[in-house]
Amino acid sequence: MLGELGLFALILAAGFAGLLSVLSLWGAHTAQRGLMHLAPSLALAMFSFAGLSFLLLIVAFLQDDFSLKYVASHSSVHMPTLFKVSAAWGAHEGSLLLWALMLTGWTLAVAYRAKGLTQLEHTRILGILGFISFGFLVFILFTSSPFERLLNVPEDGLGLNPLLQDIALIIHPPLLYMGYVGVAVSFALAIALLWQGEVRKSALAWARSWTLIAWVFLTLGIALGSWWAYYELGWGGWWFWDPVENASLLPWLVSTALIHSLLVSEKRGVLIGWTLLLAILAFAMSLIGAFLVRSGVLTSVHAFATDPTRGTYILLFLLVVIGGALTLFSYQAPKLVKPKPMQLLSKETSLLMNNVLLMVMAASVLLGTLYPLLLDALGLGKLSVGAPYFNAVMIPLTIPLALLMGIGFFLRWKQDHAARLTQALWPLALFSALAVLIGALWLMPDLPIMAVVGLAMTAWVGLGALIWLIQQRVRSGHLPNSALGAVLAHSGFALMLFGIALSSLYGIEKDVRLAPGESYSLKNYQLQFVSVSQGAGANYLTSQARVKLFKDDQFIRELQAEKRLYIGHKMPMTEVAIDAGFTRDIYVALGEPLGDQGAWSFRLQYKPFLRAIWLGALLMALGGLIAVFRRWQMRSKTI
Amino acid sequence: MSPLRRKRLAKIGLLLAGVALAVGLMIMAFQQNMMFFFSTTEVVAGKAPLERDFRVGGMVVEQSVERDPNSLLVQFTLTDYQTLLQVEYSGILPDLFREGQGIVAKGRLNEQGVFVATEVLAKHDENYMPPEVAQSLKPQESAN
Repeated sequence: MLGELGLFALILAAGFAGLLSVLSLWGAHTAQRGLMHLAPSLALAMFSFAGLSFLLLIVAFLQDDFSLKYVASHSSVHMPTLFKVSAAWGAHEGSLLLWALMLTGWTLAVAYRAKGLTQLEHTRILGILGFISFGFLVFILFTSSPFERLLNVPEDGLGLNPLLQDIALIIHPPLLYMGYVGVAVSFALAIALLWQGEVRKSALAWARSWTLIAWVFLTLGIALGSWWAYYELGWGGWWFWDPVENASLLPWLVSTALIHSLLVSEKRGVLIGWTLLLAILAFAMSLIGAFLVRSGVLTSVHAFATDPTRGTYILLFLLVVIGGALTLFSYQAPKLVKPKPMQLLSKETSLLMNNVLLMVMAASVLLGTLYPLLLDALGLGKLSVGAPYFNAVMIPLTIPLALLMGIGFFLRWKQDHAARLTQALWPLALFSALAVLIGALWLMPDLPIMAVVGLAMTAWVGLGALIWLIQQRVRSGHLPNSALGAVLAHSGFALMLFGIALSSLYGIEKDVRLAPGESYSLKNYQLQFVSVSQGAGANYLTSQARVKLFKDDQFIRELQAEKRLYIGHKMPMTEVAIDAGFTRDIYVALGEPLGDQGAWSFRLQYKPFLRAIWLGALLMALGGLIAVFRRWQMRSKTI
Repeated sequence: MSPLRRKRLAKIGLLLAGVALAVGLMIMAFQQNMMFFFSTTEVVAGKAPLERDFRVGGMVVEQSVERDPNSLLVQFTLTDYQTLLQVEYSGILPDLFREGQGIVAKGRLNEQGVFVATEVLAKHDENYMPPEVAQSLKPQESAN
C-alpha cells in the first residue's frame, strides 16, 4: 500500500514539475502576473510530493517491505537500521530519486530567494528548473521506479553491497548529488538571461552565490568519496581516474572556472558570453556524469545494473537540454556581448587564462573518459587510458595554473603595470624561495625535481594568498570582506598540492609475504606480523591479522587488518588498518594465506602527508562557504 | 590594421597557440598511454603487440590457480572458452579474484608466450563480468 502511495506521490511530483515548467515559461512569455505568482507554490508542491515519495521509500526499507523489488534487492532484515535507511539511495533507482528530490529542493530554495533578480528572470529560472525536474522524474517513473512490486515476495532481501555499508557512503552520494544538481541553478539563470537578451550585474551576483554553494557540495562530495575509496577498497590509493570519479571531477573543474569568470563578469562587465557558456557546460558535465554513471556504459565499481533504455533516455535528455541551450546561446550571445577591450596585464586576463587552463583540463579528462567509450560503441576497438595519461596531462597544466593563482591576488583590474606588479610580487617571490629552500633541505638527499616543483607551487599559491591577506590587513586595518573565502580556498588548494606531491613522490607501496613473527620496514617504521585469528561479527566472518607497528624499534601500537566474508555474499572484503597522522599514514591490508606455515600476503603502505589532500579539500569548501556568507551579509547590509 | 586591433589579434593568436599546444600534448599523452584490450584468442593468434602493455580479459579456468608458497607469485590460466592463456602475476589479487570468475589483466607477453600481469582487476560485484569479457564470450555462446 505504501509503495503505491509512494508511486502516486512521485507521479504528482512529476505533474507539478510539468505544470511549473509550462505555466512559468508561458506566464513569463505572455507577461501574465497571475501565472508568474503561481511558480513558487508549484515549486513547493513539487518538492513536497517528491519528498513524500522519498520518505515512503525509506519507510518501506525500515519496514523490510520485500514486496518492493528495490527493497528486496538492496536490503535485508539483518542490516543495521542506519544502513537500511541509507540503502534507500544505495543503488540506481533510489539514488535517482534522491537526485530528483534534491533538484526539487534547489528549485524550492530558488523560489524563495529571489533577491537581485527581476520577476521575469526569477519565473523563467523556476520554469527551466521545473522542466529539468520533470525530465528526471519522468525518467524515474518510466525506467527506474523504486516502487516496482514483486509477485513472489521473498522472506528476506539480498542485502546491501557490503562495500556500501559504511558511514562515509551514507553521506557521500547526497553531498555529491547536491553539487551535481546545484549547477542546474546557474544553468537555468544562463538560459533565462539568454532568453531575455539582457544581462544585469545583480543577476550575475545572484548566480555566483548559488554556484559557490553547489561547488562547496561538489568539493566535499568528491573529497569524501576519495577518502572512502582509500580506506574501504583495499587498494590504498586516493584517486584512480576511474570514469565515475572523472564524472564528478568534470563539473567541478567547469564550475571552478565558472565561479571565477562570474567574478570577472560581475566586476568588469566583460566575458559575459564566456560566463554563460560555462554555466551551460557545467550543467552539461553534470548530465554527462549522470549518463556515465546511470547508463551502464562503464566498467566501474560504481556502475549498477545496466539497462540500455536508461542510457538512451539520458542521452536524449542531454541532447534536448544542452543542444537547446547551445542553440539559444549561438542565437542570443552575439546580442549580449559588447566587446570591451581587455588589457593583457590585468586581473581579468589572468582569470581568463586560469579559466582556459581549467577548461583544457576538463577537456582532457573528458577525452580520456569518453573517447574509449565512443570507439567501443562504434565497434572500432577496445582501448583504455589509465592514470599515466591523466597524470601526463594534468601535471603540466597544474603548473601554470598555480603560477597564475599566486599572481592573481596581486594583479589589478583593468590595467596593471609590469613595474608595479614586480614590486608587489617580490615579497611573495622571496618568501616562496625561502620556503622551497627550507623544504628542499628538509627532504635532502632524496630530492626529485618534481618535489621541488610541488613545493614551489604550494609555496607560491599558499603564501600568495596569505601575504596578500596580511598586506590588506595592514593597509586597511581590517580583513577584506569579500576575499577572505578566496584566500582560504586558495590556501586549501596549496595544501592539497603539497599532499599530492609528497604522498605520491615519497609514498611507499609494497606487497609482501610475511610469516608470523616476520617484520618489514617502511622508512623508519617496522611492521611485525604476529598472527591471524578467526572470528565473527554481526553479519560476517572474519580473519583478523595482528600487526605490531614500531617506529625506530619503539613499539607504537597494534594494528588489526581484516578479511571479512559477509553472510549472503560470496566476496570477501578487505578491512584495512590505518595508523593515521598528518605527517604520514601507515596502511596495512591483509591479502591471502600463503602456504600452510601461517604466512599471509600483505599490502603495506607508507604515505607522507596524505591527509593534507583531504584537509586541503575541506579548507577549499570552507572558503567557499565563507565567501557565500560574506556576500549575503554584505548584501543584507547594503539593501 | 590599427594598433589596437593588431594587439588584440596578437593576444588571440597567443591564446590559440597555447590551446593548440595543450591539445597537442594531450593527444600525444593519449597516444602514448592508450592500451588495447584483447581476448585470449586474439592474444594467442598473435594480434596483441609485443613491445607494449595491453589488457586481456577472460575467465579464470577452474583448478588453474597455483600459488608459490614462498613468494607472492601466482599463476593461472585465462580462457574465452576457445583458447587458453597462461598468466603470471606477483602481488595481491583483488578480493573478488577466484576461479571461474571473469577478470581483466594488464601487462605484456614474455618470450615464452606467458602473459606477465602488472595489474589484475576483478570488479566489486559478485555477479560482475567485465563487459569486455562478456563481449568476447558472446560469439562462442551463440555458436552453441
